[in-house]
Amino acid sequence: MSDKKIKVSSQSRNRRVSLTVTYTLLIVLGIIWLVPLVWIILSAFRCEYRADGTFIGTVTENYFPRVFGLKNFKDLFTATYYGVPKAFPLWMLNTLVIAVIDCVISTFLVLSVAYCMSKLKFKLRKAFMNASMIIGLFPGFMSMIAIYFLLKSIGLTGNPQHPQYSVIGLILAYSAGAGLGFQIAKGFFDVIPNALVESAKLDGCTNFKIFQRIILPLAKPIIIYQALMSFTGPWMDFIFAKVIIGADNARYWTVSVGLYSLMFGTHPDTNLFTQFAAGCVIVAIPIVTLFMFLQRYYVEGVTAGAVKG
Amino acid sequence: MGSRTLVAPKNKKNQLSFLERLGKKFSDFGKRFADGSLGTKLSHFIFGAGNFYHKQYIKGFLFLLIQVGILALMIFCPSVNGTPYGWKALRNLSLTHVTEGGAFDPVTGHFTSGSDCKLMVLFGFVTIAMIVIYFLVWNLNIASSAKADKDKKIGKKPSTFKEDLQELLDGKFHVMMLTPTCIAAAVFTILPTIFMIALAFTTYNSQDMNDLGTNLFHWNGLQNFRAVFTGEGSLGVEIKNRFLPVLGWTFIWAIFATLTCYFGGIILALLINKKGLKGKKLFRTVFIITIAVPQFISLLAVRNLLGEYGPFNAMLMNLGWIKQPIGFLGLHPGDSEMLAKFMVILVNMWVGIPYTMLMTSGILMNIPTDLYEAARVDGASTTKMFFKITLPYVVFVTTPYLISSFVGNISAFNTIFLLTGGGPTYTGYQAGGTDLLVTWLYKVTIDQGSYNTGAVIGIFTFIITATITLVTYRRSKAYNEEDTFQ
Repeated sequence: MSDKKIKVSSQSRNRRVSLTVTYTLLIVLGIIWLVPLVWIILSAFRCEYRADGTFIGTVTENYFPRVFGLKNFKDLFTATYYGVPKAFPLWMLNTLVIAVIDCVISTFLVLSVAYCMSKLKFKLRKAFMNASMIIGLFPGFMSMIAIYFLLKSIGLTGNPQHPQYSVIGLILAYSAGAGLGFQIAKGFFDVIPNALVESAKLDGCTNFKIFQRIILPLAKPIIIYQALMSFTGPWMDFIFAKVIIGADNARYWTVSVGLYSLMFGTHPDTNLFTQFAAGCVIVAIPIVTLFMFLQRYYVEGVTAGAVKG
Repeated sequence: MGSRTLVAPKNKKNQLSFLERLGKKFSDFGKRFADGSLGTKLSHFIFGAGNFYHKQYIKGFLFLLIQVGILALMIFCPSVNGTPYGWKALRNLSLTHVTEGGAFDPVTGHFTSGSDCKLMVLFGFVTIAMIVIYFLVWNLNIASSAKADKDKKIGKKPSTFKEDLQELLDGKFHVMMLTPTCIAAAVFTILPTIFMIALAFTTYNSQDMNDLGTNLFHWNGLQNFRAVFTGEGSLGVEIKNRFLPVLGWTFIWAIFATLTCYFGGIILALLINKKGLKGKKLFRTVFIITIAVPQFISLLAVRNLLGEYGPFNAMLMNLGWIKQPIGFLGLHPGDSEMLAKFMVILVNMWVGIPYTMLMTSGILMNIPTDLYEAARVDGASTTKMFFKITLPYVVFVTTPYLISSFVGNISAFNTIFLLTGGGPTYTGYQAGGTDLLVTWLYKVTIDQGSYNTGAVIGIFTFIITATITLVTYRRSKAYNEEDTFQ
């Protein structure tokens, strides 16, 4: 009896120790993971001046700002960058427009292809799947410049009379290939039982009706996942957008191209680091909030993709 | 549980040899012509003739429109930016006019040097695509007429245009659903890819061409590929000296980046999902934030944090551990290459571990608990259970992910580009110490405008990723039993 008691208490002590170790580890790791991000937020609110009264906008040695203030945000929204007055709000607006349109087109294309591949039987199905996989293996950067040439030859970028057409070109470039990335959505549709489709067919439903009335309502998680992915894409891409829209077309840049160029563009200015940080905070807030709200769908999509390959 | 078991190919009895199938195609084709009505016979020459014959006017008109359109394009050769489409584009595709000093200008009857060879190649491929489309539509229009013949024979009325449209929503639903993607992908993915592959066989190097003040280049066969190994040609030596080191580092990077993030993620998931741990959700959220923040923000933050004047170096100096700031990320030519390589793999763990954690969390929860209970009854220790149950289970389920993340890491652009920019020691074409094939490809094409060399690097990257993917994917269960879901 007492033997058993000792065993139990030693077991629970072991367990407590291992839990404490786990907590410590997780807290340390959590801090490591947050240090760079918190630093960007802190830098955005840093408002320090040198002895001669000039503003310190560079990277500094102190992690925590000595003085907090909103100057970086004010400057960010009013400053002229690359010859464009009030460039930052314009970049935000460009990105929003591009992201919304891309989101609608891409999600539509992905869903329609995924549904065909999963639930319809036709002659070239397997060939289409193999082809899309092989095409996907070419590095995207390789064809990037070719897409630029192509768009330029039809006046959708590098067009001196209509520089705004570059935005259309970029939307096309973003969303055109989306349909080939159907694999995750297909994995999702595969799980929807075929019996559902078959019985609807027996009731005289056309394939279109089945898609519209049965599949789409069930596909809400994957629609949200795809929409999230294609909406956040333009906010994160800083290479493709720059090549397609053009380095000299700063008025129509997306926000990530603009922010990246503040640090590493043709006229980089190390004293703009804190403004860059402020821009990062403004871009990151909506994206992170969206992610956190739709986390469940994101995890579902990612897991489906990983396990099915 | 055999994810790698080979499954015998299905439909063996239906498989004819390629020649037999080709022969059958031809005899079917002849038979369709011989048996066809007058309309079907005429369709072989005039698109839509069969449809007009069967009074399907709208359909016939559409077919005819396509024929007239493509033929007009072929004959009249409209030009964009001074470069023609049509038969002239096919002729221009040879680029031989160029070696004679310029492209042929039909108006003046002279060779001009103002033509643009990249557009010639591009439009040449567009024209070839048009010819392919022409013959596909040709076949479609005959088939459509033959079907109307058949309907008539069994006493059915040939389908009206409205019925055809309705069929698009049912039996031919896949045609409607796939057409937008096919067109978009053909124009914005396949055409550019073929174009860039073609450039690998040309002398298209914008720096050389700017020096000469032309837009002209010509085909040069496999010379660019040879230059990578032999060092011949204008850039040859620079490319040759760096190619194998970059290739080697790309593999080392991909192996380490994949394994560190993979096992790091599994361990993190185990920690967070530990029984009795409170605040699981909070911990998960902390790690997920790094996924949600755009990489150009999070990685540039790390880059500045670790930079010469950043807080991390300052802290180390204040602690008295170092006297001079350390160039962790090889941003200056003299910095250590080994350290930069180590740091990108380390920082990549910061980026990649949450991702694997997220994925394995779900899988860990799905491990049947009776496995553990049985093991506990047998007196297995926690460590033993981890190595004998948890790890094999997770690895088994996530093998496809492991492969795809390895392939993804081979072309992981952001981490390298944003952290080190490929440094240290990057000048001109010379790839820096941490450059991967893809970041090098970017520098060579976008920064240097050496499109031919960039295309060669791209093709090599494709060969590597395609080989790995095809070998592993074709043997996987996901591929072989793909349609058992249906």
